[in-house]
Amino acid sequence: MKLTPHETAMLDGAEGPARKFAMEQIVKVGRFFDAADTVPVSQVHIMADPEALGPSGVDFLEHLAQLPEKERRVRVPTVTDPRGVDFAAYKRLGQTDAMADLERRATAAFEAMGVMMTNTCINYQSIIPPVLGEHLAFGDTGSSIYANSVQGARTNFEGGPSALAAALTGRTPRYGYHLEQRRRGTTLFEVKDRPRDLAEWGALGGLIGRQMGSYWEVPVISGLERPITSDEMKQFGAALASFGSTPLFHMIGITPEAPDLKAVFDGPVPAARKLGRRDIADLMASYRPKDDKLDVVVFAAPQLSLFEMKTLAGLLDGRTINPKVALLAATSPDIKSAADRMGLTAKIEGSGATVLSGVCFYQMYAREIGQANGWTRLMSNSAKLVNILGGYGYEPILESMEACVASAVAGHIVGRPA
Amino acid sequence: MSVSTAKRIYRGHPGPGSRVEGEALVAADNFSARYDLDLTKGIFSRPAHKLAGQSYVGKILVLNIAKGGVATAWMLREMVTSGRTPKALILNFANPIMAQGAAFADLALIDRFDVDITDVVRSGERVVCDPESGTLTVAG
Repeated sequence: MKLTPHETAMLDGAEGPARKFAMEQIVKVGRFFDAADTVPVSQVHIMADPEALGPSGVDFLEHLAQLPEKERRVRVPTVTDPRGVDFAAYKRLGQTDAMADLERRATAAFEAMGVMMTNTCINYQSIIPPVLGEHLAFGDTGSSIYANSVQGARTNFEGGPSALAAALTGRTPRYGYHLEQRRRGTTLFEVKDRPRDLAEWGALGGLIGRQMGSYWEVPVISGLERPITSDEMKQFGAALASFGSTPLFHMIGITPEAPDLKAVFDGPVPAARKLGRRDIADLMASYRPKDDKLDVVVFAAPQLSLFEMKTLAGLLDGRTINPKVALLAATSPDIKSAADRMGLTAKIEGSGATVLSGVCFYQMYAREIGQANGWTRLMSNSAKLVNILGGYGYEPILESMEACVASAVAGHIVGRPA
Repeated sequence: MSVSTAKRIYRGHPGPGSRVEGEALVAADNFSARYDLDLTKGIFSRPAHKLAGQSYVGKILVLNIAKGGVATAWMLREMVTSGRTPKALILNFANPIMAQGAAFADLALIDRFDVDITDVVRSGERVVCDPESGTLTVAG
């Protein structure tokens, strides 16, 4: 792997142990993927919730944070993915002081490094939307697939240690989706029936994700003739990335690198795998339980946009959540602030629901929260969340936001309105 | 499936970590630390995973591809530090998260074999994983 003199100096420790760690991480990963060199990145997004970090990860961050200021500061704008503890709600949720302590320590360490605590996975909607051709180091699968596919930027999945390495050096190994040849389509899907709501967009993403053979497969989707909203793309992409570990898709006539089939395929166009209403319904039905017991409804993964908060506020306005059921909605601190100002939070919480800020449900010790509250049956309109939580001891159900709200009010699972 | 009992050597792409020897735990399923594991108990916890309920501690895990989210990049180091860790990860295809996590944790990782590695190694076999050369050797 070819390094510049500056990179070599950092690798040799000339700029301190933080940048030495960063270059070592870059070289190890770059060699594994046969990267020829590095590429400069314009912004970094770091996933480092305390559950994922664990005590050893927090110790590591604190070790870096104690270095002299010129050795520890990040070199490009660096923002954070959702955190694991919302200090306004953690006790009510059954999180422990030990969890909150890890959260405080990790946050203090990041702040000492100059990281901006945006605490959001929808930075592409709410902080700085990337642009076509921009090289990034994004650290959430949902933010990566959106930036790559919808915005035409270039990033691999940069897990915490590598995102931090990119932040400390301003560079990342040039492999994978930084390379034009890796961004070509490999598989074609034809969508026969347009999804009707966000849950169905997620289900469609999940169906395609399940068919992905590796990180290197790039699905191309045809048949969607009208434009898709940012929130629909968000749910579709987050589910595709979650079910498939997939960082890039193209939609013909919709996403910026895919004006037509010829533009995304080298050589002959592969035969299309067809997906329609029946496939979406089957995926959603596969999560439907035999009885109607319900413990908790969660809107998260990704965090809700301002538009989704408005929709939720409209659905909950004047209604009361059944006391047997909890309803949680997670959004970013910035959108929470806007929702407070616009009266949306008051409408949501007036129903008995809780708005969480700067966290996401699966990144906040979901297993322990479930055990503390006796929650197993969980309903959401996020296919990504439903996909993750099976491993955390939940029985998750995928339904529309309307059906989830109706169920929370009724106190038991209510089917999709006809 | 018919597997020879003679010593077999499989070649993949060199990766991070040091040479380790141990017992293989094999499934054709995919892998994510956050989606599939209970890190406290050291077992596979995702009900749909073929290894659900089985301990991964001290095993050389042989699985299909890396799936799921980014948390594994941090979690592998925490697993190594806590002692509740597999000795090595052997995959048909890693993704960047698995490579970044293994590099950070100094956990042995090899992928990109010229065969489906989950099809030629059996659970319980003694294997030697040498990331520097990118080889997985099954004792005869």
